[in-house]
Amino acid sequence: MANKVRLATVWLGGCSGCHMSFLDLDEKLIDLADKIELVYSPIADVKEYPHDVDVVLIEGALCNTENLELLMQIRERTRILVSFGDCAVTGNTPQLRNKLNIDDVLTKVYQAGPGSIPKGPEAVDILPVLLPKVYPLHAAVPIDVYLPGCPPDPDRIYTAIAALLAGEKPQLPAEAITFG
Amino acid sequence: MSVITLTLNGQEVSAPAGATLLEACRQNGVDLPTLCHLEGLTPVGACRLCLVKVEGQRRLVPACTTEAQDGMKVETHTEQLMEYRKMILELLLSERNHICSVCVANGCCELRSRCAELGVDHTRFEYRCPTDLPSIDLTHERNGLDHNRCISCTRCIRACDQIEGAHTLDMEGRGAANRIIVDMHQNWGKSSTCTKCGKCVNVCPTGTLFWRGSTVAEMQKDVGFVHWIKEGREKKQWSVI
Repeated sequence: MANKVRLATVWLGGCSGCHMSFLDLDEKLIDLADKIELVYSPIADVKEYPHDVDVVLIEGALCNTENLELLMQIRERTRILVSFGDCAVTGNTPQLRNKLNIDDVLTKVYQAGPGSIPKGPEAVDILPVLLPKVYPLHAAVPIDVYLPGCPPDPDRIYTAIAALLAGEKPQLPAEAITFG
Repeated sequence: MSVITLTLNGQEVSAPAGATLLEACRQNGVDLPTLCHLEGLTPVGACRLCLVKVEGQRRLVPACTTEAQDGMKVETHTEQLMEYRKMILELLLSERNHICSVCVANGCCELRSRCAELGVDHTRFEYRCPTDLPSIDLTHERNGLDHNRCISCTRCIRACDQIEGAHTLDMEGRGAANRIIVDMHQNWGKSSTCTKCGKCVNVCPTGTLFWRGSTVAEMQKDVGFVHWIKEGREKKQWSVI
């Protein structure tokens, strides 16, 4: 295990499509398994983000206080942060709510809609508070590699990971850094 | 036709007298990125992507609106110019609401392509997420107008005026507050001058103008007709006199 790269993947404010695309690496995942140790991921049962992580792929935008706290922890404990997919890189569709007042959104969804009103104050205590605006990751912490795409296709992901595993900064061609 | 000689990136090249710097560059294999430029439409120098450095001039000049002169020494791809071009694209990304994943023009968008070609994989500027844009105009029977995606290149305005001869589209306001307007600022569907030709939609480099009914990534655009019409007119191909 000693020489394996400690890889983590994280799911913030996104749809998990980037993780689906990652799983679409198919048989290349087997090659990858020999070279990495997956230390934290939505597909691994690890509760706390570990220390000494080499590379992390972070999917999703910064939408709430939990996203922000976790991202700060990740930056402290990780060598290379990859902004993984359009939500992480641009804010993408979660960012559509930036044009709206957050209290109006919550009221519209949870108070004014049909059905019974969900419990308010108790729920607010245990749920992370929404940030007034949705931000891309680099608005909060320095990012080392940007991997745009909605989602980034598997070839794009593999090219980037292969370079990172070899200790190089990925040099992606123009067709591999398109948004959307 | 007289020919002039100028220096592009240290290399002596020739170009026809009266050519713009952009034409001189492209005729000599130097590729400059552009967004507002479209062959067949009058150049306006709006997007500033084709800025170049001319020896002896303090300011950078847009190649599309600058006439090439005999003896000019021009640099087109210095580190500073490339940095400025990236910055321009990043500013465009942050100015309105460009959300590629839900855009009709995903796949045929020139802004998206220029970003990829110039290595813009994120914007360092904070997104403005403007809230004061007019709502999407879907009153026209065939076309839609979404101000969220507009980069103010004015290609639609010029095509409507110079190619179709209708001048239905124009622009109001200045700077970040500028907006494409129809006739004297009314809903597109009420326009009495629009011929419904669709030239504006075809020349729009982004998803601002689109065919109604198209959804994410469904738009296809064809800008080739502009050059074809311009050339035919110059040769008087369709002249009845």
